[in-house]
Amino acid sequence: MNQPVIEVRGLVKRFGDFVSVDDVSFDVRPGEVFGLLGSNGAGKTTTIRMLCGLLRPSAGVGHILGIDIAREPERLKRSIGYMTQRFSLYDDLTIGQNLRFFGGVYGLRGAAFDARRSWAIDIAGLRGKEGLMTGSLPGGWKQRLALACALLHEPKVVFLDEPTGGVDPLSRRKFWQLIDSLAASGVALIVTTHYLDEAERCDRIALMHAGRIVAMGSVPELKEVFSGRAMLEVSCPRVLDAQALLERRPGIHEVSAFGTTLHVVVDDADHGRATIASTLAGAGFDPLEIERIVPSLEDVFIHCIEAEDERRDAS
Amino acid sequence: MRLRQTWAVAKKEMRQARRDPLSLALLFALPAFMLILYGYAINFDVRHVRLAVQDRDMSDASRSLVSSFVNSTYFDLVASPEPGSDLESVMQMRVAKVVLVIPEGYAADIGANRGAKVQLLLDGADANTATTVLGYASALVAQTNAELMHGTRAAATAARVAIDYQPRVFYNPDLRSTRFLVPGLIGFILMLTAVLSTALSVVREKERGTMEQLRVTSLRPSELIIGKTLPYLGISLIATVIILVAARVLFDVSVAGSYFDLFVATLIYLVGALGWGLLVSSLSNTQAMAFQVGLVTSLLPTIFFSGFIFPIRSMPVFIQGLSHIFPARYFLVVLRGVVLKGAGLAPYWKDILFLVIYAAIVLGIATARLTRREV
Repeated sequence: MNQPVIEVRGLVKRFGDFVSVDDVSFDVRPGEVFGLLGSNGAGKTTTIRMLCGLLRPSAGVGHILGIDIAREPERLKRSIGYMTQRFSLYDDLTIGQNLRFFGGVYGLRGAAFDARRSWAIDIAGLRGKEGLMTGSLPGGWKQRLALACALLHEPKVVFLDEPTGGVDPLSRRKFWQLIDSLAASGVALIVTTHYLDEAERCDRIALMHAGRIVAMGSVPELKEVFSGRAMLEVSCPRVLDAQALLERRPGIHEVSAFGTTLHVVVDDADHGRATIASTLAGAGFDPLEIERIVPSLEDVFIHCIEAEDERRDAS
Repeated sequence: MRLRQTWAVAKKEMRQARRDPLSLALLFALPAFMLILYGYAINFDVRHVRLAVQDRDMSDASRSLVSSFVNSTYFDLVASPEPGSDLESVMQMRVAKVVLVIPEGYAADIGANRGAKVQLLLDGADANTATTVLGYASALVAQTNAELMHGTRAAATAARVAIDYQPRVFYNPDLRSTRFLVPGLIGFILMLTAVLSTALSVVREKERGTMEQLRVTSLRPSELIIGKTLPYLGISLIATVIILVAARVLFDVSVAGSYFDLFVATLIYLVGALGWGLLVSSLSNTQAMAFQVGLVTSLLPTIFFSGFIFPIRSMPVFIQGLSHIFPARYFLVVLRGVVLKGAGLAPYWKDILFLVIYAAIVLGIATARLTRREV
């Protein structure tokens, strides 16, 4: 495959004593959609802000399109596109005026600007609506317009920070189609999200927890943490009591609560099923429903976070 | 700095300003409104001061002194306390602000050429008014004195006319406070529009998150700052013109000096004010906070420490020192010179120099604060 356009090695960001991003390394290649997945405060946005030249890394190096992110932030900014969490457009300007402003900021004019403007209006699906006030647009349209504004200068590397927050499911789908088409044209994208279904649409994912990348790879690769083991879903009342009973039973590796069910990782499906049934029946849990399931990304996520927390506690 | 990018920012800012007609109208209407308010409602001229006279002499001479007070129109005779009554209570009860006491033997002393004495009791609670009233009273007594000397001795010693005190006030001959207020208002209103509009426009971008978006574009800080302040510079200059026109139409105060000098001085002052607005915006994260900080740090000093309303010389020494760090103080001196006296800028080079230094320092700090990378 082609050379990576984003290369990050040992990136660290400290705010006083607090380590927001801790030793993060990854590569992203052209045409790749790279997902940064994690809960709020995991360090996703801080990572992106360092990569965009908005924050100076405390340690580590990063190169985007060969530009050092710490040394040449101004040159870096000309080469990348960045859409913030809040689709930062001017609500009190019309759609056309927003495009004209961002075009002006990127120094576009004449035929070059007209072509990009036309492209932007098409991808946002706003043809004929250029005179509308931006503030009157529903979230989905605003989001696509914000993306179009961030892409007017045709960057080869694009950062999207939680791009689909507060947007309806249909608009989210349309937005991801847009991301896929950008990737198909050779643009490298980094997308942060805490939606697992969105993460599944990425080519590769880095799971972030407490500033660290705890797992990285494609979705099938990530699910391999459970290879050689089986996952059983147990439906029962009083899940938390049941969880306490099942933990530390022989042949049972992990028990996590998912609402009214438990996800239990076992060595062997049949053997595990028997252990669970007998343990719970002995404590008066009845009736039980035990089913073998394919681990989801969420299971992977929880597994990795627990492993990381254990590793931390141990050290 | 690239012109196209700067212009894109300025154009955007003007479009946004147009979208908010209320604020824009306020920026233009406020100056005229303030001028009317201050011009008509606030009158620092002291007239018709309530006067009580205790005339213990009851002679022609004493009555002539009293009538000279009353005829001056500065004083209205409101009470004539009996001899022996409590004079302090006249002021305590706010019957009169001034009490003139003419002792027995006043006429006799004058007649005998012994030098008569009169006493003036003055309510000093309002120091500004008291100072003015004291000046009036001294002038009236001096005038009476002169007339007396003229009358009694003229025949004998014609050559020895007492000093004929004939004051003549330049530049504001009838001492109307409106003339004095107009330059102050220009300084005050420009501060208001420049600081608040700049600070609010920058902080609004912070609040909406568009600042973050701008920071990640290739827009350079200088382009952003100049593009953002240019429209407000224009608006403030238009506001200045409105004040000048209103002052001319309503109060017949016209610019005696050159408009070019006025423009140059105003421009320098405005650059400093806009810089202060930027500095305020770099210290605040919400529009409400920017408004408060802007108000407290620019408007109040401009009203209190500039000599706009309260004379700086009658302030405590510490406050006088403090007034030196606010640009309005210097701008007002220049403005009064140009508008009222018709002077050029040359006599005020020190004040202008301070305004330039102020603008440079404030803009420098604001730019550094707004453009520094988060660490």
